[in-house]
Amino acid sequence: MTRARTAIAWDYAPAPESTDHVRLRDSYGLFIDGDFRDPREGARVPSINPSTEEPIAEVAHAGPADLRRAIDAARAAQPRWASLSGLERGKYLFRIARLIQERARELAVVESMDGGKPVRESRDVDIPLAAAHFFHYAGWADKLSYGVGGREVAPLGVAAQIVPWNFPLLMAAWKLAPALACGNTAVLKPAETTPLSALLLAEICQEAELPAGVVQIVPGDGATGAALVRQEGIDKVAFTGSTSVGKDIQAALAGRGVSLTLELGGKSANIVFEDAALDQAVEGIVNGIFFNQGHVCCAGSRLLIQESVAETVVARLWERMGRLRVGDPLDKNTDVGAINSREQLERIDELVSAGEGEGAVRRTIACDLPERGYWFAPTLFTEVAPAHRIAVEEIFGPVVSVLTFRTQAEAIDKANNSPYGLAAGVWTDKGAKAFEVASALQAGVVWQNTYNHFDPSAAFGGYKESGFGREGGPAGLRPYVRVS
Amino acid sequence: MDRVGIEERAAVLGKRSIKTTAKQQGIRLAVSMLDLTTLEGADTPGKIRHLCAKAVCPAPTMPEIPSCAAVCVYPSLAGVAHEALEGTGVRTASVATAFPSGQASLEVKLRDTEDALAAGADEIDMVISREAFLAGEDTRVMEEIVRVKDACGDAHLKVILETAELGSYEHVRHASLLAMEAGADFIKTSTGKAASGATPGVTLVMLEAIRDYMERTGRPVGMKAAGGVSTSKAALHRLVLVKETLGDEWLSAERFRIGASSLLNDLLMQYQKTQSGRYARPEEFSKE
Repeated sequence: MTRARTAIAWDYAPAPESTDHVRLRDSYGLFIDGDFRDPREGARVPSINPSTEEPIAEVAHAGPADLRRAIDAARAAQPRWASLSGLERGKYLFRIARLIQERARELAVVESMDGGKPVRESRDVDIPLAAAHFFHYAGWADKLSYGVGGREVAPLGVAAQIVPWNFPLLMAAWKLAPALACGNTAVLKPAETTPLSALLLAEICQEAELPAGVVQIVPGDGATGAALVRQEGIDKVAFTGSTSVGKDIQAALAGRGVSLTLELGGKSANIVFEDAALDQAVEGIVNGIFFNQGHVCCAGSRLLIQESVAETVVARLWERMGRLRVGDPLDKNTDVGAINSREQLERIDELVSAGEGEGAVRRTIACDLPERGYWFAPTLFTEVAPAHRIAVEEIFGPVVSVLTFRTQAEAIDKANNSPYGLAAGVWTDKGAKAFEVASALQAGVVWQNTYNHFDPSAAFGGYKESGFGREGGPAGLRPYVRVS
Repeated sequence: MDRVGIEERAAVLGKRSIKTTAKQQGIRLAVSMLDLTTLEGADTPGKIRHLCAKAVCPAPTMPEIPSCAAVCVYPSLAGVAHEALEGTGVRTASVATAFPSGQASLEVKLRDTEDALAAGADEIDMVISREAFLAGEDTRVMEEIVRVKDACGDAHLKVILETAELGSYEHVRHASLLAMEAGADFIKTSTGKAASGATPGVTLVMLEAIRDYMERTGRPVGMKAAGGVSTSKAALHRLVLVKETLGDEWLSAERFRIGASSLLNDLLMQYQKTQSGRYARPEEFSKE
């Protein structure tokens, strides 16, 4: 018996991650002094799923009186928290890390529902890295003086921390883990559009039996953040977000003796030399700019390619972009999810139109986009001049601007010719060249033959308008201690 | 070539979620691409005939499962396979050229090939001289392929690189390009006799070499992943690599093959599970 030979078509079937296991409440209060509390002044605002525009849960926003209460709770709890031995504080952080791992699947789904990022990324990057950060700083808690060159350390006191919407839980972990390890207490404001994972983290703090008042979670919008940094009784502000807000915070803190670290925007150069492994460079470019829809402060949004290979790299990149799967963030095969908010989508639209208007050549992949929600298909600009807005301003979306260079010196010059200095990528098979270029770049992070790789033991932070202070590794302890 | 980058990309593609209809279709596709293989000293005409029957009709109770692409045997048994497969659409493939080591004179290799063809082989799986390749004698490697290809005439030539013995991804890519330049219809990873076979990284590097060769010359070359692909999950991972590197045009037995012996029953077992919701006992499927 012979079997008929007919062509067998093969495509991936929808593979949505289940949401059955997610335990979200209908409404969340403010997490102050160990419990969820009704706001005294603030409103309750729904958090929207950007891929469907449907509300997910209602979240209380903090008003000034609520912020006051949160800071007072943090202040009251701080001496006792600081008086615990480092080993004891470390135990709590280890516990939080393990609870994040235990609830990893739920946190990943919530992160993707609330923020629009593909569940593959929240599952494989955001949540494991958030847990890793707590593990890392749990280990430092009883070794603090070794992290600062053997000197004596004391905590600063109360840290006001404001995190962005692109990596909501991970950024909360970056802020809270070192602050707590060093004996500070914290008031953390998650971003307006993505408060849910931070509120789940508040539940985890309860499960971990973290002493009341050590962590406060106070959702709100930009005004809440502005009010928070202007409150009395804080000793430290740590902010991750846009450069303009960072400047406003710095002005508000001037002369108040409040210590500050800022992790701001970027327009990071990803430099591809002619002697690079080009297929792997193309992967790195894709990972550099389309990871998390380009909502990454260190995204490789300025692609600098050596002229001799520019045509080849752009052709391969374009071919590779055509294979990106754009759509439902909860589908396990989605590569590029939804844009985080309508406001962000409008900003991307505006800058992309400016790019076209200035004469750059735009190519956007053809793909079916869902009718509801906020979407932007991966886009490539060629014929970009260094003076174009799309070569200078942060787009914070899945849009890469291609520029070319002729020599190593020109590459370094062009890469540094930016008000920003957060990250850079260097692609070459020549080891000596990679180190030479890396040390000449004004960027806080330089990746060699890879991009957007994060590790809790590596310091992260910026030059110039990308901010100051470092997060991660022993360098990340420094902003949370007074050294004597 | 960057080893870390290659393996990362290959691993990411292993995370594609292939479920429900995609799993069923993928398994059917994998069966249709299978070169069902037996290459043992103990092979007898009886065993080959059993294997051929299995290749023609892998699962009598599941008529939607297609035939395999070919049965792959030693030259001495190619005649038996040819007779058993005549008129079924399943092709006879024979290894040749002093398989698996390739340590013989060109004359012996050509004679080996001619024997297989005379016995009715439709496809020849030759090995390159790793000895020559590693000594840097590219011309000798190519010369052998050219001569065997000449001897093949209409028969399809698959060139086995035995990637486990080449030592680096650079070498895998270089050997792939040499084989294609010399006229290979397919490039194939392994003999199945070495320590490792068609790893995801090696498969990706060879697929990219095919893509670049196609771009330059316009000639499509096929790829055969052999060795180490023994589970449905591994087979579907290889299909994802093909789909996202070369595209859907390569997703047919004309352009992609999997060489394996034990894989087929795992494919059948997984397929049946997608239908019945439970795993069958291994004994429910004939071994050959």
